[in-house]
Amino acid sequence: MAHEKNHDYHILNPSIWPLLGSVAGFVMLFGAVLFFHGSGPWVLLIGFVGVAYTMFGWWSETVAENQAGDHTPVVRIGLRYGFILFIMSEVMFFVAWFWSFFKHALYPMGPDSPAKDGVWPPAGIETFDPFHLPLINTLILLCSGCAATWAHHALVHGNKRDEIKQGLTLAVVLGIFFTILQIYEYGHAAFGFSGNIYGANFFMATGFHGFHVLVGTIFLFICLMRTYRGHFTPENHVGFEAAAWYWHFVDVVWLFLFAAVYIWGG
Amino acid sequence: MADAAIHGHEHHDQRGFFTRWFMSTNHKDIGILYLFVAGAVGFISVAFTVYMRMELMHPGVQYMCADGWRFFGGMGGETCAPNGHLWNVMITYHGVLMMFFVVIPALFGGFGNYFMPLQIGAPDMAFPRMNNLSFWLYVAGTCLGIASLLAPGGNGQLGSGVGWVLYPPLSTSEAGMSMDLAIFAVHVSGASSILGAINMITTFLNMRAPGMTLFKVPLFAWSIFVTAWLILLALPVLAGAITMLLTDRNFGTTFFQPSGGGDPILYQHILWFFGHPEVYIIILPGFGIISHVIATFSRKPVFGYLPMVWALIAIGVLGFVVWAHHMYTVGLSLTQQSYFMMATMVIAVPTGVKIFSWIATMWGGSIEFKTPMLWAFGFLFLFTVGGVTGIVLSQAGVDRAYHDTYYVVAHFHYVMSLGAVFCIFAGIYFYFPKMSGRMYPEWAGKLHFWMMFIGANLTFFPQHFLGRQGMPRRYIDYPDAFATWNYVSSWGAFLSFASFLFFIGVIFYSLARGPRATAANPWNEYADTLEWTLPSPPPEHTFEQLPKREDWDKHPAH
Repeated sequence: MAHEKNHDYHILNPSIWPLLGSVAGFVMLFGAVLFFHGSGPWVLLIGFVGVAYTMFGWWSETVAENQAGDHTPVVRIGLRYGFILFIMSEVMFFVAWFWSFFKHALYPMGPDSPAKDGVWPPAGIETFDPFHLPLINTLILLCSGCAATWAHHALVHGNKRDEIKQGLTLAVVLGIFFTILQIYEYGHAAFGFSGNIYGANFFMATGFHGFHVLVGTIFLFICLMRTYRGHFTPENHVGFEAAAWYWHFVDVVWLFLFAAVYIWGG
Repeated sequence: MADAAIHGHEHHDQRGFFTRWFMSTNHKDIGILYLFVAGAVGFISVAFTVYMRMELMHPGVQYMCADGWRFFGGMGGETCAPNGHLWNVMITYHGVLMMFFVVIPALFGGFGNYFMPLQIGAPDMAFPRMNNLSFWLYVAGTCLGIASLLAPGGNGQLGSGVGWVLYPPLSTSEAGMSMDLAIFAVHVSGASSILGAINMITTFLNMRAPGMTLFKVPLFAWSIFVTAWLILLALPVLAGAITMLLTDRNFGTTFFQPSGGGDPILYQHILWFFGHPEVYIIILPGFGIISHVIATFSRKPVFGYLPMVWALIAIGVLGFVVWAHHMYTVGLSLTQQSYFMMATMVIAVPTGVKIFSWIATMWGGSIEFKTPMLWAFGFLFLFTVGGVTGIVLSQAGVDRAYHDTYYVVAHFHYVMSLGAVFCIFAGIYFYFPKMSGRMYPEWAGKLHFWMMFIGANLTFFPQHFLGRQGMPRRYIDYPDAFATWNYVSSWGAFLSFASFLFFIGVIFYSLARGPRATAANPWNEYADTLEWTLPSPPPEHTFEQLPKREDWDKHPAH
């Protein structure tokens, strides 16, 4: 009976990636602390390269396993569960930032706090006009989400390769537009990152969202590359599905940011 | 490999040492790695407490001196200027290591990894490679934690002395790299736990044996499932809070800085929104283990399986809505205090259901006082004591007097250090023959239990008295009035430590010389979950042929 499996689950061979990734992660974070305290960024960068290399190597292997047929239907269900759970943990991460935002916006601290609340936005802070650049960015991100869904439909209904490519390319390009506009907006902020609570809340919440946009864009781009290589079939496209879910999650976080931070909290 | 021979010739374990232990994708090996590393970190963390109890044994400061730490106090009569920072460092790292790097890895990582897939008849975890990432990230986090201990910190000394909760403004003003390393240590351990939680939930939902519906799953697997949800939903929030600490420290944000419009109380809210589920994350897997131990050694199926499952779920859900009972004295409104007080007391109901069901399981049973059962008995007593003092502390009015006294220290050590740790020991003695294929000397396990039980009670019971007399926690010294019970408490700690050393000896002796126990089930027919149908130790791959219903469904009635 040795090494003869009679089930559809995926039993993996030993792998060096987890150890390598953890060592690289340790080096990266240790380097980050050194960097914060005035040493050069080299240890941080070496660690980062290690982490990036691990991600690339590990996920390349996962893709190869998928193509080799290791991802049976039951394994694909597991992968989907796993990715949904990952997104749930991400949602809870954003809860912390929204918590800080709502706390300070609803009960702003002023010179007489807690006897008398301050005001929000804090005195002297000039916020963005939400119906200017932020509205455009909202539309860009929503269109990008639509494009991803278009590609998804093209994949599921008949695997129309050309439409998938067009949809994904559009989604990626719009994602990049969003990031560029966000950087432009950051450059024109009338408030700083440090020294005031408005800037702290604004930049950390939108900044972490921006980081997720970046990750999602890369994820969609990888799916585009995989489409060119013909990796996806209407039945087996867990990677694509995960990227699409992730992109919609990023969309929804943005809608909350737009409604709460830009409109209501501005 | 030494134990490859046991597996018989049909299956030779051909993995080399490095491949097996450093590149593992095997849930049983990873579980063992978790247990050993957690044990080693636990030893460091316990050693700190011995040093702290040495210092608190007599009034005045004898060991933690400004000119360096000593192990022999008062011998030359030289004066010792108190080193408060060293004291603070000790309490901080004891707490951080125990919370993040000992108990969760042992119960959730160790037993969860090893036995949850076995109990549901799964061939491995859903994501075996990511499982190993969880383990190695845990090791990386531990290394960052140790680095933090040895890195330049506050007061021109090594380490951070801010308490495990890392409250600002102390944690945002503590100088040096130490605090930043500690924050990253918690980040990494959190990432490890979240990945573990994703893995456990997916395994539980997707890989149960054919026919094993949710309410047929053994209680330990259920407890791991509920714990995994708590980890998944609570730890990311902590990650956000400590990221705010990090940017406040290094990039000038003002989340917790009143001069920039921030609010230090916000940190306490976010921390405890994680921190309260955290205490259930610690204890729930223990509940699962205890259920199996008590059923086995009472020779009865566990009483009230369904209420036991729903109690686990209820405790998990309620754990998210009671966090501010840790913060009664920060200036919460009376309405808020009333709510958190009531909600907290409600948790006593599902917990009571569990204690009741364990006692009802033993009722009329044919009880055998084997070592694991002794630990389960000890757990029941200690956890109930800790639970009762918890109800006392949950009352906002009473908490005014007890807040930050030794009464609180006694309470949470009764539920965690004694509750959770007794669960770990119950689990180790219960599963030792299964994991190693060898048996420990029964007298040694019993001696370990009685030393630890007496030692732990001697340590912590007097701390209730100290708290009621008003002795505050987190101080290096105290007035002479508190001398007697501190003296007793210190002797208790030394006895517990001796029992820990003895335990290490027992484990290594039993691994090397213990009599073989290769029977699939060394206990009795009430150890009826799937892991007891496998050889001891189990072969590299288990359930390559998925288990049949009659292998596990012993009580089709419910």
